[in-house]
Amino acid sequence: MSSEARKVLTDPLFNNNPIALQILGICSALAVTTNLATSLIMCLALTSVTALSNFSISMIRNHVPGSIRIIVQMTIIASLVIVADQVLKAYAYQTSKQLSVFVGLIITNCIVMGRAEAYAMKSPPGLSFLDGIGNGLGYSLILIIVGTVRELLGSGSLLGYQLLPLVTEGGWYYPVGLMLLPPSAFFVIGLFIWVLRTVKTEQIENAEYQIHQVHRTEVL
Amino acid sequence: MEAYLSLAIKAVFVENLALAFFLGMCTFLAVSKKIETAIGLGAAVLVVQAITVPANNLIYQYLLADGALAWAGLPDVDLSFLGLISYIGVIAAIVQILEMALDRFFPALYNALGIFLPLITVNCAILGGTLFMVERDYNFAESAVYGFGSGLGWALAITALAGVREKLKYSDVPDGLQGLGITFITVGLMSLGFMAFSGIQL
Repeated sequence: MSSEARKVLTDPLFNNNPIALQILGICSALAVTTNLATSLIMCLALTSVTALSNFSISMIRNHVPGSIRIIVQMTIIASLVIVADQVLKAYAYQTSKQLSVFVGLIITNCIVMGRAEAYAMKSPPGLSFLDGIGNGLGYSLILIIVGTVRELLGSGSLLGYQLLPLVTEGGWYYPVGLMLLPPSAFFVIGLFIWVLRTVKTEQIENAEYQIHQVHRTEVL
Repeated sequence: MEAYLSLAIKAVFVENLALAFFLGMCTFLAVSKKIETAIGLGAAVLVVQAITVPANNLIYQYLLADGALAWAGLPDVDLSFLGLISYIGVIAAIVQILEMALDRFFPALYNALGIFLPLITVNCAILGGTLFMVERDYNFAESAVYGFGSGLGWALAITALAGVREKLKYSDVPDGLQGLGITFITVGLMSLGFMAFSGIQL
């Protein structure tokens, strides 16, 4: 694999993560992560839609006039999402019920639009496909971490298998109910960003207001 | 009448699109640094939501639902799989028409909202409202109330967040949490606050 292809594929994981740095695609990242199984299905759906839409948009990029490109992209993405939605309904009906409206919302997921506009319109199909997979994986990374934390702490299980025996069933683990409620997703992602930026210090944003540092020599 | 009122209250507080369903999060986090811009965006979302949800409801009821084409003599046709693409088309078209109409008749309002209008097409709160309307099988009147209520709830949430963030910038936040990180935590706390409404039975 050439170095450029590898860079396109792996950069979105930590260096340029779509959720933690580009602020793209946050809606679904929060809503579907109460357990790991739905998170995994969502990741799969989003990664395939992003990769395929990047691929097809890149193929026609030289034939689309600039003024109508958004609507062309929208149509391609919406058709791909309909396919993903129908496939889920056919083969994973229970999960598709749990995901409810969020499969449809992949259409307005900014990752798909953002990558189509920022990358696929300028690059050849092969690389665009890899970029789609890379960004899908960057998104999946966060979803899987959040999903794991929330399911493990919230109900003591992973993928439905009981790992931490609950007190109600004679075990020792008191489930943290908060983890199953919406706010915990914000906390988990916020803390994840904190960890990521502690490691990758170049991603830290500058404060708008610097709090005045008082030096010992300064006379107040 | 009472049923509509409780539906509206539910849409604004209990099932707040931004804080309970995380819809429209990208713009919610990105455009909430100043109260004025937040109010502008909130008003734009409110208007678009109040128009698109009932419009999509009509399209769903009379064109797409199972057996909806009976009036055209095609009772066996089920076009509901075309839903997603039609809804997003309707939303894009309505946003475009609204933009032109405001430009022509209310230039002051157009200038105030101008930059936010095109952004709204890809705001998941709008498409999400429509999809919830379809999933819950609202009729036309209910969908109009739901569209208005959910839009109002979103506007309220983003204005409140902008208020918090305007104060927050003076506080001493750890380096790694600066900006996006602390915003996530703040929204989490707000969402926790809104959860207090969830016990209310209407």
